[in-house]
Amino acid sequence: MTRHIRHAQYFCALLLVALLVNAARVQVVQAPSYDRNPANRRPDIARYEQPRGDIWVGGRPVTGSRDTREHLRYERIYTDGPMYAPVTGFASQLYGTTLLESSEDGVLSGADPMLAPFPLWNDFTRARNAGGDVVTTLNPAAQEAAYRGLSGHKGAVAALEPSTGRILALVSAPSYDPQPLSGNGSAAARAWRRLTADKDKPMLNRAVRQTYPPGSTFKVVTAAAALDSGVVTDLDAPTDSPAPYRLPGTRTRLTNASKGCADASVREAFTFSCNTVFAKLGVEVGAADMTASAQAFGFNNGELRVPFPVARSTFDTTLDEAQLALSSIGQYNTRATPLQMAMVAAAVANGGQVRDPYLVERTTRPGGSTLAAAGSRPIRQAMYPSTAGLLRAMMRDVVEYGGGRKAAIRGAQVGGKTGTAQHGLGNSGIPYAWFISWAQGEGDLLPRVAVAVVMEDAEAKRGDISGGGDAAPIARAVMEAVLKSP
Amino acid sequence: MSKAGITVVTADPPAPAVRRLPRRRGIELALIVLAVLLSVYGYCAVGLARYGTLPPGAAGYGAGLGVLALMAHLTVRLRAPYADPLLLPIGVLLNGLGLVLIYRLDLETPGDRAAPAQLVWSTLGVALFILVGLLLRDHRVLQRYTYVCVVAALVLLTLPILFPAVNGARIWIRIAGFSIQPGEFAKVLLAVFFAAYLAANRNALAYTGRRVWKLQLPTGRVLGPIVAVWLVSVGVLILERDLGTSLLFFGLFVVLLYVATGRTGWIAVGLLLAALGAVAVGRLEPHVHSRIETWLHPFASIEAGEGANQLAQSLFAFAEGGMLGTGLGLGHSFLIGFAVKSDFILATAGEELGLAGIGAVFLLYGLLVERGFRAGIAQREPFGRLLAVGLASLVALQVFVIAGGVTGLIPLTGMAMPFLAQGGSSVVTNWAIVALLVRVSDSARRSRDEQDVP
Repeated sequence: MTRHIRHAQYFCALLLVALLVNAARVQVVQAPSYDRNPANRRPDIARYEQPRGDIWVGGRPVTGSRDTREHLRYERIYTDGPMYAPVTGFASQLYGTTLLESSEDGVLSGADPMLAPFPLWNDFTRARNAGGDVVTTLNPAAQEAAYRGLSGHKGAVAALEPSTGRILALVSAPSYDPQPLSGNGSAAARAWRRLTADKDKPMLNRAVRQTYPPGSTFKVVTAAAALDSGVVTDLDAPTDSPAPYRLPGTRTRLTNASKGCADASVREAFTFSCNTVFAKLGVEVGAADMTASAQAFGFNNGELRVPFPVARSTFDTTLDEAQLALSSIGQYNTRATPLQMAMVAAAVANGGQVRDPYLVERTTRPGGSTLAAAGSRPIRQAMYPSTAGLLRAMMRDVVEYGGGRKAAIRGAQVGGKTGTAQHGLGNSGIPYAWFISWAQGEGDLLPRVAVAVVMEDAEAKRGDISGGGDAAPIARAVMEAVLKSP
Repeated sequence: MSKAGITVVTADPPAPAVRRLPRRRGIELALIVLAVLLSVYGYCAVGLARYGTLPPGAAGYGAGLGVLALMAHLTVRLRAPYADPLLLPIGVLLNGLGLVLIYRLDLETPGDRAAPAQLVWSTLGVALFILVGLLLRDHRVLQRYTYVCVVAALVLLTLPILFPAVNGARIWIRIAGFSIQPGEFAKVLLAVFFAAYLAANRNALAYTGRRVWKLQLPTGRVLGPIVAVWLVSVGVLILERDLGTSLLFFGLFVVLLYVATGRTGWIAVGLLLAALGAVAVGRLEPHVHSRIETWLHPFASIEAGEGANQLAQSLFAFAEGGMLGTGLGLGHSFLIGFAVKSDFILATAGEELGLAGIGAVFLLYGLLVERGFRAGIAQREPFGRLLAVGLASLVALQVFVIAGGVTGLIPLTGMAMPFLAQGGSSVVTNWAIVALLVRVSDSARRSRDEQDVP
């Protein structure tokens, strides 16, 4: 009988070994895949167990966290949500994160390994760091001016500091309040359905994620290319360009909105925005030099991050002459984000140098010490400094004598360029009104702000130079806000 | 109590030295103190993790558990001095750990506290342990009540059919707010019956009857009652839909039959019956069929968009624990939902104590079972042997069925983790099992000691 008891004993030992091996399988071998299972709520619970770090604008946080006492404990709240939504994005327990909430999620949620006191410390202790803060480059006064200017319209504003690339304002209209999306209840789902079904697309960040035909504002690029390549040497010499201008190889005749464009000098043509002159100029510069110039300003770069990705602004590289002519006045396949056009204005203001724009000044640990600071961005020379000087003068002329008079600021140097971009099938859509500009205050050594404004629904008659009417005052308000700030 | 031999004079050099078997009660006491301290430590760890302070009831909890354990220890000291010194401390530690885990889960369900009731049941369990220790001077007395045991067991098994089903199974009876699972008590009674009956009839079972090919079939007169009892118990359980217990009885039946007769044929027949039964039940009974489907595809409900089922949640909990666990009070096993304090209590241990923790828990059960078998082997008369083996196998099988179920090793069947899980009947029954094992181990060593005394 003892022998058989031993057998039973071995059998029980076998069961024990099976349990131990299986426990090791579940807890060690399979654990990573179980942890990643979307139905496993533990990562979410851990993520929302602590307040999220905040996003700061001008010395105060524009975000916060609310303790809900639910399983997913802390929910995001926003002050001035709609105004800052194109910067912060949303942080939803149901729908994930966007924009800064997304690209700086590691710091804000505390998951960034750089927040740990020692390397691998958290892996060992299973602790989670408190979320760090993100300090933005935004100028709250400029942001508010842009937001107010666009209220009731559809459009976007982007403003930069030309010498550094710091983004001072980034507004998209219509906007939305990200706070109702924060939670995980039916209210969040309702808000999501409402916002995604809205035909005005309030969650689309028009300042960085939408491209528009830049229209006449692109003439800054064409003028820079013409000057740099030596096609134009004297701005005041007549250009021998007919009006209307027949696009090479076609019978299409390009006309102007303003009169007096035939044989106009480049300076006149720029001030009064003559399509014919610049279309011809683009063809004379040639596709290769036009492309090189556009790319130097930042076109065709799909890699730009501010730190969230910016849509690629395009200048077509395979063009016949007719297409090149249209492309040179910001039509055909030329498309730009408002941020890209702000970079164009900034390049002129900054002696021809372009710096990649950025939105995050620094990230900090919960205590306030700096985790990472924005280093200086690489410089690209978009045009010769002399060319930039000439363009500055021409842009000032636009504000003084041309279509941009509404952007003038007393006591400050302001340069600008209007634009009206036709679009839609057979150019049937309401034209987009553009205005790009820069401003230098009385006591400033350098221009302090470059801004681009686009409006999708400007009150304009077709073909009219409407950018100066509706968009220029908004640009003016933004520039004034920046110049007034210390 | 025969202590006559203790005073034997050993001073006389030429007299052959009489070696007394050590009683090892001091070891038992030390281990009990350790078990109580570990439990109190766990209780404090929960409070510190959740509130940053020692929980207010820590001293009371420690004192309560300590007093219970000491009273049990004194009983052993008085009435079973030769008993195995590991059995009682393992029971105390597992019971204490179970109370800690239930207290910890109570924090997630403030409206539904189970720990106080569990403490009451643990007290009743220890009281039963003491009662058995005091009243049952010799386990062989139980042999007289073979048929009383079987009738009582069958009555207890049938009783819940008269009561309404709870969560799809008719295994509870509710009296005055307490719900009792009579099937738990029936386990011990059936083990006693099987042991007694097989001890009396093992020779007949092993050596008489017709021989068919290589199998020696026993005579119907001997086998009849035992198969009848087994069929009735299993039938009742299928009616009550308590498949874990039915599997348990079946395993117990086969193990004891094999140990008693030494016939491998029994195992073959048993496994064949089990396989047939499993296939038939799996096909016919939708409840069981769904359990098997869940076991094969634990994440199917997630892919179907219905969220994680209990088994998936349990696996997530184990996975979160990893090697060392999240720490007591810091896991999220409450996501399992229903039965997290009873059937799925091991998932909490797995998440918060990690593989190291449940490995230790498994080894504690393993040790308990091994000491049970050891008591069986040390016994010289068949009833004691079969009783110890039966009780030890009962614990082993129950741990395997439920622990294997919640870790996805075998299909999940509802059953209580011995000592750990919430459930009064289970705790009381397990204390009775430990009491009987203590009694058997004591008698084995005592008889040897008495024989050695000149």
